[in-house]
This record gives sequence, C-alpha cells and structure tokens, in this order.
Amino acid sequence: MENLDQLVQDGLAAVESADSLQALDQIRVEYLGKKGVITQQAKTLGKLSADERPAAGQKINDAKGQVEQAINTRRTDLERTAIEQKLAGESIDVTLPGRGQDLGGLHPVTRTLQRIEQFFSRAGYTVEQGPEIEDDYHNFEALNIPGHHPARAMHDTFYFNPGTLLRTHTSPVQIRTMEDGKPPFRMICPGRVYRCDSDMTHTPMFHQVEGLLVEKDVSFADLKSTVEEFLRVFFERDLEVRFRPSYFPFTEPSAEVDIEWGREEDGSIKWLEVMGCGMVHPKVFEHCGIDAEEYRGFAFGLGVERLAMLRYGVNDLRMFFENDLRFLRQFR
Amino acid sequence: MKFSEQWLREWVNPANDTQALMDQITMAGLEVDGFEPVAGKFSGIVVGEVVSVSPHPDADKLRVCQVSDGDQTVQVVCGAPNVRDGLKVPFAVVGATLPGDFKIKKAKLRGQPSEGMLCSEAELGLSDSHDGLMELPDDAPVGQELSEFLNLNDVTIDVDLTPNRSDCLSIKGIAREVGVLNSLVVEGPEILPVEAVHSEVPDIAVKAPEGCPRYLGRILRNVDLSVESPLWMQEKLRRSGIRSIDAAVDVTNYVMLELGQPLHAFDREELEGGIVVRMAKPGEKLVLLDGQEVELTGDTLVIADHAKPIAIAGVMGGEHSGVSERTRDLILEAAYFDPITLAGKARHYGLHTDASHRFERGVDYELARDAMERATALLMSIVGGEPGSIVEVVSKQDLPEDRTVDLREQRVADVLGLEIDRTTVEEILTRLGLHIDKLLKDGWRVHVPSFRPDISIEEDLIEEIGRIYGYNNLPVTEPIGSLGLRPQEEAVRPVSAIQNYFVASGYQEAITYSFVDPKVQGLIDPEREGIALANPISSDLSVMRTSLWSGLLKTVAHNQNRQQPRIRLFETGLRFVKEDDRIDQQPMLAGVVAGNQLPENWVNGRRNADFFDVKGELEGLFQLLGIEVQFLPSQHPALHPGQTAELLRDGEHVGWLGTLHPQVQKKLELNGTILMFELFLNSVVSGYVPNFKDISKFPEVRRDLAIIIGSDVGFADVERVAKKHAGEHLTALRAFDVYEGESLGEGNRSLALSLFWQHPERTLNEEEVHSLFNGVIEALREELGATLRS
Repeated sequence: MENLDQLVQDGLAAVESADSLQALDQIRVEYLGKKGVITQQAKTLGKLSADERPAAGQKINDAKGQVEQAINTRRTDLERTAIEQKLAGESIDVTLPGRGQDLGGLHPVTRTLQRIEQFFSRAGYTVEQGPEIEDDYHNFEALNIPGHHPARAMHDTFYFNPGTLLRTHTSPVQIRTMEDGKPPFRMICPGRVYRCDSDMTHTPMFHQVEGLLVEKDVSFADLKSTVEEFLRVFFERDLEVRFRPSYFPFTEPSAEVDIEWGREEDGSIKWLEVMGCGMVHPKVFEHCGIDAEEYRGFAFGLGVERLAMLRYGVNDLRMFFENDLRFLRQFR
Repeated sequence: MKFSEQWLREWVNPANDTQALMDQITMAGLEVDGFEPVAGKFSGIVVGEVVSVSPHPDADKLRVCQVSDGDQTVQVVCGAPNVRDGLKVPFAVVGATLPGDFKIKKAKLRGQPSEGMLCSEAELGLSDSHDGLMELPDDAPVGQELSEFLNLNDVTIDVDLTPNRSDCLSIKGIAREVGVLNSLVVEGPEILPVEAVHSEVPDIAVKAPEGCPRYLGRILRNVDLSVESPLWMQEKLRRSGIRSIDAAVDVTNYVMLELGQPLHAFDREELEGGIVVRMAKPGEKLVLLDGQEVELTGDTLVIADHAKPIAIAGVMGGEHSGVSERTRDLILEAAYFDPITLAGKARHYGLHTDASHRFERGVDYELARDAMERATALLMSIVGGEPGSIVEVVSKQDLPEDRTVDLREQRVADVLGLEIDRTTVEEILTRLGLHIDKLLKDGWRVHVPSFRPDISIEEDLIEEIGRIYGYNNLPVTEPIGSLGLRPQEEAVRPVSAIQNYFVASGYQEAITYSFVDPKVQGLIDPEREGIALANPISSDLSVMRTSLWSGLLKTVAHNQNRQQPRIRLFETGLRFVKEDDRIDQQPMLAGVVAGNQLPENWVNGRRNADFFDVKGELEGLFQLLGIEVQFLPSQHPALHPGQTAELLRDGEHVGWLGTLHPQVQKKLELNGTILMFELFLNSVVSGYVPNFKDISKFPEVRRDLAIIIGSDVGFADVERVAKKHAGEHLTALRAFDVYEGESLGEGNRSLALSLFWQHPERTLNEEEVHSLFNGVIEALREELGATLRS
C-alpha cells in the first residue's frame, strides 16, 4: 500500500508524457487494465483486516479515479490536437474563385418583355401570339388602314408580294384574337415587328407589345388607369403620365402617352413619348364581327426596346441586335 | 407644318406666351416637334444705306464703302459682289454683336480702316444664303433697328401633324384650333371677289371628274413678274420654311400656307389649246419643275393642254409651262383633287411636295374659289395685271358627300368615362366649325364642314370633345372585369422556364434578325430556299431564316472577332419555310456553343465543349419539360457527318444536335469546334403532370458487366436489347465506362454497364436477379454480337 501514492505519481507522470492516443491507451492498460499495477493493488486487500479494508479499498479506488481522470483529460487534449493538426493540413484558399458553369443571361428585350407580361398576366390578360409574315388584310385593312391611307406611308413595310408582308406592328394579333374568340377579351401580344428602316435610331426589326381589352362597359378613363398603372409599376416610380391626342386608324379616340423624364432647363417637365393607345375603332369591331353598340374596348401598343433603353440606360438601339456578349452579359 | 407665330397671332392672339401656346396645341393633338427663333441672336444691326462705293487700293475683291446708319456716315470695307451705291443693307455698327457672340470692332482691312460690317442673311442667322449681302427694300428706313424693321421677335413653330388633320395644314386651320382652345374669335383677312376686267377665260375640260371633281381657272393678263414679292411675304414664307422664288410662286405658296389650298400658275403662252384634266396615257413623258423627266403611268391624273401633259395633278407642275420672268399672262389653277386618286402618286415618282402632302390628306373641297380670289388680289397688288372671270368646272356627284353625324350624349359619357354637360359639348362643336343642325332627343345632329374630311362617325366627334376638353381632365377609373380566372395547363411549360433553364446552364440569350444572308443560309440549309423579301434593307438581310442557326453563327463570328472565344448562345423565335402555297412559321429553340465548356478556372477549365456536354444540357432540358427524346445518328448538311443526332419524340422529328460541319465552319470563318442544336418548340413544351408511385421499401440490387462490342453498334441498341430482357423490375441502366483500344481489336469497343433492379413489394432473390442478368448478357451476345469482357 505504501507505494500506491508512488504508483499514482508514476501513472500521472506517464499520462502527462504520453504523446499519442496509442501511448495513452497503453498507459491505461498498464495502470488500470485488468492486470494494471493499480488494479493489482486490490489483491493486497485480502491481507487486511475487515476494519481496514473499506478505507484501503477506497484509497485504491481514489487512486484509480485520479489516474483515469488524468487519462481522460489527456485523451481529450490529444484528440483535440489531432483534429487541430488534421484541420490545419486541410485549410484551403477560400478566396480562390469557385468552379463550374457561369450564369448566362436573358436578352434585355426578353427581360423587359417578361416584366411587361407579368404585369398584365396579373391583371388577367392572356398572352397571345400571331404570325410575323402577315397578310395585308390583318396588318392594314382590318385595322382600318385601306390601301390609299396616308397612314400606310408611316409604315415602311417589308413586302414579299403585294398581299404578303412582314407585320409592321403587333396590332394584327388583336384582329386574329377577336376573329377567333368571343368577347370579352383581355390580351397582350408581345413580339417582333418589322419596318424597312435602318439608321442610328431605327432597326429593321424591333419588338412591340399590343394590348387589348374588350368589355361591355369600358371607357377611356379605364384605359388611362391601365396605362398609368403599368408605367408606374414598370418604372417603379410615381411618375407623371400625360395623354396627348393623336391618331391611329384603328382607335378613336386615340392618344399618345408621354411620361415625365427629367426636367427642362427652366424646371418644366421633360416629356418622353412611350406608348400609343385609344378606344377600339368601330370599324375594327365591325371587321371582327363584334357589335360596337354592345361592346367597347381599348387597345395600346408600346415599343419594347424603347422601354428597355429607358429602364437600363442603353443609349444605342442597334446594340440590341448585335448580340455582343460584352453587352448581353450586363443583363444577367 | 412650319409656321410663324406672329402670322398665327394675326389671326388669333391668345394671352399666353410662346411656350404656353405650344404646350396648348400639343395637348390638343397638334404635336409641336420643335421651334426656333426666326433669326440668330444679334444686336446693334440697323438698316444701313451704302452711300458710295470705291475700289480698295490694295485688294481686287474688296471695296471701300461709305455707309450711313442714319446718324452718321462711316467707312466700311466690304467684299460682297452685290454692294453698290444706294443699296439698303443690314449694317452691323461698331459695338454690334452677331450670332455666335461675334463682336464688331473698328478694324483695318488691307490697310483701309473699316467701322462696321455689312451683313448677309447667313450672317444674321436668317437663312443659309451666303450669296452676297442681304438686300433690303429701297423704302427701308435708314437707322431703324433691323429686328424691328423685319419684325424678328418671332419663332418658327414646327407641328408634326397626324395624317387625319389635313385641316391644320394652314394658318387658318391652326388658328381655328387655337381659337377653340382659348374661346377666342378667329379673324383672317377679308376675301372679296375680284372683278373681271376682260372677258378672256381659260378653256377647261375635265375628263376625269372622279379624280378632279372641281377645277377653277382664271386668266390674269399683263403681269410684270420682274417685280419681287414684298419683304413681308418673303419673310412669312421664309419663316414657314419656304424659299421665295418669284411673285407668282410666292403668292401661290402664301395662299396655300394661309388657307390650305394648293394653287398653281401656268404661263398661258406655253399652253397649246385649253386645259384638259385627264388620266395620263401610259408612257407619256413630262419634265417637271425640278428638272426631272418622268414617264407617266395610266393611273396618274394630269393637267394637260391639247397636246401634252403640263403637270401631275396635285403634285408638281411641268417645267415648260411654268411661269418665268418673261411670262405675261398667267392661268391660275385652284382645284379639288380626290385623295384616293392621288394617294401614293407622288411617292411613285419619288416626289413629296407641299401640294401632294395636302391633297393626299384631303383639302377643303369648298375652298378653291376663296383661295383663287385671295391669290388674285395678292398677285395684282404685286405684279399688277388684268383679271378675267373664274371658270369653275364641278362635278357635284364626285365631290365628297355632305355629311351629318348623330352624336348621343350617353355615348359621349360611355366612351370618355365622364358626363360632359350639353353646353360644353355644344360650345366645343361650334367653335370647331361643326354646325349643330338639329337637337335630337338624346343628342345632336352635327353637320360636318368641308374642311374636316376626317370626321365621319360618332366616335370622331367624341374624340373632338375629349381632345378639346383635355384628355388629362378626364377621370381615371379601374376597368371592371367580367372575365373569370383562366385555366393554366401544368403540363405545358412556359417558354420562360426554358429560357431560364438555359440561362442557368450558362447560355446568353441572343435575339437575331429574322431575315438573314442568303449566302450563309445556303451553307446551313442548302435544300430549302428562304422566302425572299421584295424590298430588303440590304442583301445580307434579304431572306427569311429557315433555321435560327444562320443568325446565331453570325453572332458567333461577331463575338469571336471581338476576343470572345467562349460563346454559349440560345435564341427562340420563328423560322419561316414555304410549304406549297402556304408559309410555315414555327417557333424554334436553337443554341450554339463554342470554346471551353466551363469558364477558364484554376483546375481544368480549358476543356473544349463537346457533343456530350451539350447533349447532357439538352437531356436536362427534357427532364425539366418531362419528355423523352431519342438521339439517333443522322446526317444534316450543316453538321459533321459523324457527329449528328436527329432528335425524335415518340417517333416524331423534334430537332437536331451536332457539330458544325468543318467545311461550313471554314467558309463562315469561324474558330474551333462549334456545337449546335435546334428544336421545334411546340413539339417539346408539353410534358406530363407528375403521378406519384409508392416508394419501394425493398433493397435495390446492382449488377455490373463489361462487354466488347462492335464500335458501329450504338449504345441506344445495347440499351434497347438489355431493357427488353431485363424484366419489368429493372429500374435503371447506366453506362459507366466506354473504352476503345488496340487490345480490343480493330472496330471494337468496350462498354461497362450497371443494371439496377428493385421490386415494389418484396426483396428480389439472388436466383431471379442472376437469371435476368444472364438473360441480358445472352441477348446482347445473340442480338448484337457482344462478348463478355474478362
């Protein structure tokens, strides 16, 4: 028993100097295993009297406990060190760029179209499509633009033959929609349109969105709210909107829509034309077999590139169709 | 239409300034496009008189002049060729400022002192004319400020009129609008009939009354066309963008601007016989006033004499019959030509004149006589002459019909969304010159005047009321919807989902022109001819695309030429193919990939994209869309013969995937391998709605095998045979290795496959799996000649 203290001292020293988990485990076996030197001390209890035994047993247990605790502490330390070492070896340069595919991007015209479509879809409009190679009837006649009409001069039309052309606006889709269905209608038609014109501010192809609403009871006041709300939502600003009387053969009354876009030198509002609109002309209803006494409607049309240019600050229309990646990547 | 503000204010003078006036008419639908002062900004310019002129001692082209400014006479050195004794000129005295902030100081020119400067029109910002000094009339008061003398405190306003508003192509028309907007009375010059002083009248025969329902002629004898038109007239014309020519032309232009009636003057002596208004004989020739000779088509209305055409009616007169300084007797013409007859005629001859612009849009058909009287009086006041009486040939039945339009009060409220009281409606209509013929129970019967050809239905009147009331004064209300919610097909994916998929896969969306270069398209799709435009913008944009590849490959070239080697682009849009006598316009989805598959990175980002990269991306798309598509080896003229797949869905052709044919690539001057695909959008967007199946609780069994098989046997065949024999519980079959090497023998390759089985209701036993697996191996051997690789 005298050397129990010594054994504990030795054991603690050994634990202290153990430099690996294996070494520590050996020490555990050596001192606390079945045949460990401290465990073996229990055999000496038999030589003691019944009175002495409990105290001596307690002493051995305390000795065991002391060494065991030291081993556990040491093990935790060694484990932590081992993990730390492993982790230290695993450190990476987190500032290196990640791998994998780059994100692409939508064309700014598509991005703009999607915003427009979302707005009108929420307002219950369907999205309709129509042919781009159109016939004269749907592009002009049915829209109250007969052959001799001066408004035809405003449309520089691409022709294939006298009766077949590239649509100059998305308005023919109004006609096709009304021909194929029954009122009421709420639809927009986004798409490509074509004019035989190419310079700094014109490309021979561009995009429009046509809108049409036909109901029994709809007025110019309803048109105003639809257009104003759309423009404010699109530009995410409470901008001033004004309606200026204008002329389109397929609407009556007709208006052009200007928005507030900065200020003039004298502080007055600088107006920028962004849309055309009006109440559906009775002749157009007539061509589509709709009774203009029963139904009224409004229609509007807007240039997508124009809105995209304003929204994103693009200063050259032609860039939209060059598809230069350095341009396109700016819109992802 | 350009006009002088002062001229307008002679007719109607509202108490608003220029800007307010312009805003007002813009908001009434006469959009002001711009305005500019009628002269440059200058000061210190007075009417000067050249008192004497003597040669410059040291310069041939300069003259030394004595010039009076009304107070004193100073010496001015001048180089203008038209400087002469007694000439009245704009004189910039010392201290004056010319446009461009150019200050006039005492100077010496080639040794001679010069105190001031004599000015040309260009130097004063009045016109572009640099030919010498501006010559002022002899009665110009010496010493008076030039801006006062010429009344230069004026602006030219340019109004961009919509084609329906022909009534505003005159001062009179614009004044009418301004009068309505400001509730002011409009007053123009008094027009009185001019008494005939002789009995000579032109002989007029109208053979085409439908094209010319009204024609007026008058002879004005013994005019003196050497007399220039007065400065005030020249100035009004100049401020309206029209150059002064001679008194006869100036007066016709003046009356056209003032009243809106185009007029023409012929030299009577140049006419052979009387005037005939007829359709041209095809092939007839006419030299026009601008010097060009045109060959007339049979649908052209002409003014002719008994021998030849002398003018294209309502467009331009002939050179030969035009007036000149030598003209003694004039025949004045004022007519109403039918807009439909004249439509497009000017354009056909490459012309656009002030007259054709007006006649095509519709001139007031009751205006000709007034305009003729006005022009006669003005002409006589300038060039003298003896007027005869007016001959008028009119075909009442061919004139536009006198129209009345009924307007319902309720309809005004319904369309505009606002009830406007009767008095306001009536006042607007009346001031616009629309007469209320009759009060109806529910509204008005409105008589449309001859100057408003654009008004023919109730809505036209409602627009007038809304326009004058002010669109911005109308209310704003939310439309009431009677439409229910719309069904949405879940199995049909929106195109935006496809677009977003490609964006997430690293593709940039492109939008290329729908018309392409036929040469490029010929390389890509040689078997089909693109539909050609009759009037393309250029030859490289002249046929409609039959495939989206033409435009995309051009975009690849554009970007490769700009140091962008890594290109991934997709586009959606129509392609156009002629099929018998109809045109098939199909929405397509196409893509091109060139350069590295991944952006260059620090591990292995330099591998070029290959067929299987793009195929994998398409397979991902088809999973997104919920469809199954087979890739079968095939041939396409634009694609590499060994790297082309035709895409089939349920046996139907849905598109192509392949590598651009190296020869085509070379011809298009493109770099590197280029992968391309194109799909029929409508054939792939409809998939299925997911239908849940129980998840098996039982283990899945995997068996691998490696076979050696002929390289000409496709994986698709292996897969088909294996699946046929693998039983109903096969859940997956995958290739995990493909190897070709000499050890396998020429024309062979090794394929390593793994097969997975799982039963929904029980554990598959070893024997079952073994037997299926062996069955697969046996079938591959028998049907495809595969051997098991040891």
